[in-house]
Amino acid sequence: MIPELGNFSLALGLSLAILLSVLPMVGVYRNNQLLMAMSRPLCTGVWVFMVISFGCLAYAFLHDDFSVAYVASNSNTLLPEIYKFTAVWGGHEGSLLLWVLMVASWTYAVSLFSRNLPLDILARVLSVMGVISVCFLLFMLFTSNPFDRLMLSTPAEGTDLNPLLQDFGLIVHPPFLYMGYVGFSVAYAFAITALLTGKLDAAWARWTRPWTNAAWAFLTIGVALGSWWAYYELGWGGWWFWDPVENVAFMPWLVGTALIHSLAVTEKRGVFKSWTVLLAIAAFSLSLLGTFIVRSGLITSVHAFAVDPERGLVLLAILLLVIGASLFLYALRAPIMKGTASYTITSREVFLLINNIILVVATAGILLGTLYPLIHEAINGEANMVSVGPPYFNTIFLPLMALLAVFLTVGSISRWKKTSTAFLKEQLTKVAIASVALGILLPLAITREVNFGIFLAVALALWIVLGIARDILTKISNKDSLLQGLKSLSLSYYGMQLAHSGMAVIILGICLTSHYSVEEDVRLAPGESIVIRGYEFIFEGVTRQPGPNYEADAGLITVLKNGEDYLQLRPEKRTYFATGAIQTEADIDVGLFRDLFAALGDPRGEGAWVVRIHLKPFVLWIWLGAFIMAAGGITAILDRRYRTKEKVSQQDKIVTQKDDIVMEGA
Amino acid sequence: MLAHRQQKLAIVLFIVLGAGIAVALTLFALKEGINVFFTPTEISEGEVETGQNFRIGGMVKMGSVIKEGLDGAEVNFLATDFCNDVLVSFSGPLPDLFREGQGVVADGALDNNGTFQATQILAKHDEDYMSAEVKASLDAAEEEDVGVCQQ
Repeated sequence: MIPELGNFSLALGLSLAILLSVLPMVGVYRNNQLLMAMSRPLCTGVWVFMVISFGCLAYAFLHDDFSVAYVASNSNTLLPEIYKFTAVWGGHEGSLLLWVLMVASWTYAVSLFSRNLPLDILARVLSVMGVISVCFLLFMLFTSNPFDRLMLSTPAEGTDLNPLLQDFGLIVHPPFLYMGYVGFSVAYAFAITALLTGKLDAAWARWTRPWTNAAWAFLTIGVALGSWWAYYELGWGGWWFWDPVENVAFMPWLVGTALIHSLAVTEKRGVFKSWTVLLAIAAFSLSLLGTFIVRSGLITSVHAFAVDPERGLVLLAILLLVIGASLFLYALRAPIMKGTASYTITSREVFLLINNIILVVATAGILLGTLYPLIHEAINGEANMVSVGPPYFNTIFLPLMALLAVFLTVGSISRWKKTSTAFLKEQLTKVAIASVALGILLPLAITREVNFGIFLAVALALWIVLGIARDILTKISNKDSLLQGLKSLSLSYYGMQLAHSGMAVIILGICLTSHYSVEEDVRLAPGESIVIRGYEFIFEGVTRQPGPNYEADAGLITVLKNGEDYLQLRPEKRTYFATGAIQTEADIDVGLFRDLFAALGDPRGEGAWVVRIHLKPFVLWIWLGAFIMAAGGITAILDRRYRTKEKVSQQDKIVTQKDDIVMEGA
Repeated sequence: MLAHRQQKLAIVLFIVLGAGIAVALTLFALKEGINVFFTPTEISEGEVETGQNFRIGGMVKMGSVIKEGLDGAEVNFLATDFCNDVLVSFSGPLPDLFREGQGVVADGALDNNGTFQATQILAKHDEDYMSAEVKASLDAAEEEDVGVCQQ
């Protein structure tokens, strides 16, 4: 009964979404207020039915309703309750439902928080988002319905959730990633609206920016969580593999980052308009491409989850529709939108343009590397298969990011329209000297080792951080006290600087952990040990231990630090009852300055095992930096100027009154 | 007007510069980072040079895995496409889904003895998942080379 209810509300949601994509748009062109005003309640309706649908699927999971095919293939009576719930998005059908729920939620959020949008604009935006909902609901209902029943042959027991997904990482990673992916649909809908109306002004950019920031922040956290999950659950201590599935999540992030910066220019200076629109279309298209690649199994990946060509074809059609239609519209309308303001070569506009070029070039490089095996196969035939490995991506990506870091400080310290070279010199000379000097001296003093990669990384991180400090000091130099000065800076300014410092933290994390990690794979018999930089890892052996739905070979490793008892690590090798799947569970002692990582490999006779032991300095900083970045994005949204119209007009009034008083006084 | 032209010129220069860097990096990187895929048969036919990095795919031959009596964490096994076998040597923990009679993909290079020294054994994350490369090579082996194999 409950699954039928879920199915039914999916269908109802689809009907409402169809109305949402048609009626308000018709209203716009007939100038019918009533039809336009329908958009809000329709959004609410779609959202409510998606929530009901989602709730029904969760109910089916929690009550072990194996008559539902999706539940039967992704759950098991022995599965712990929390994983029964998260299994809702553990497979293809359910993750699509989550996807659609997210689209509906973003749409609903736009209808709630855009009270200051003119009705005709809002109607268009919501309508475009309605079209996206319709596409994916149709796709779900016709190719991958999570509520399909196994009425005649209801299995007594489910096949179990993939052990890899029985983990905290899965609880949080997909929702954040999807929130980010789908969040770009808002920027996309605003971009299409701008193309339709031909109006793209500062107000438009101001409406779009908070939504883009929010989507970007979610995507930042989603990608970081994915990398963290890979690190402790499936990567054997690696945190980024340039795997196609990772790349397709990373590309929208890069373009989204470019979009955020380009939107800033469009809001403040009214230029880069058509470029901004193109980026918004690209960011969402890449999100769709990501969904398509992951879901179609087109590209061989170590974690291609669902492989079904038919589904892939339908997704490809949606992808082509979205990209094709919007680019067509863009070609027709983009020439209307011209920026008029002028700027010089050392203006902030140009530095942000450089930022955009670097990010887009990086994205193009990654896209080429990700699709290259396909292209190569198409040209040279099926027998000639190639794979593109990390060396390719590192060669392209790392120099570009170093360049980006150099321009980051220059760009954020420069002024709109025109920055005098003298000002840049005055601001940055000391910062440059200090960061290069400290970048060389600090690592040298600590490690007594000459390594130019590390010098460069530390110097770049310092360049960013010192540049931020310098800029803040300059900005508050005319204030009476430090506190008053800090208070006078806007939240969007703090957001920017926070996100930039996150970049510095990530640079340090990536470079230090890449260069100074010690990774050992050793065969250890019980009682044997290995020493890594003052830590002695003693392998005590492996015992059988039962778990709720698995049995584990639990290893025990005693760690001594400088000869004294320090801690114990308990890596496990689990065998799950339902499928017989084997899963490695690493044990990690997390620290701000180093992680101790231990994982059990395979038994090699006489109680001996291959044990993987890593000492990874600063690895936490990679994800810490990403979270700081995301916090920056959120901080910027809280800036006062994005609040509602009423408040703005009140402020305007106050300002006018003050002016009057001043005039009277004069 | 002059400012406007300067502006345009600057933008064009930046784009040319950016594209130039991109093309240079890409060409260099593609040369470095591409692994070509070879089957055991292609390897035994001498299509691969010693020391060249490539990717091998095949099945782990039944009964061929040797774990004991080797140095440290080393493990040896035969990768087969049912026509030819290649000895693969790897040092480290084997992926959870590594099994005799199952597909395997490895990165590495041939040493002077013709042994494939693997730097990485790729994990499969799903019981049903078989790398497209392995599947294609196995299909090819079955279709074309059955006659050759049976000789």
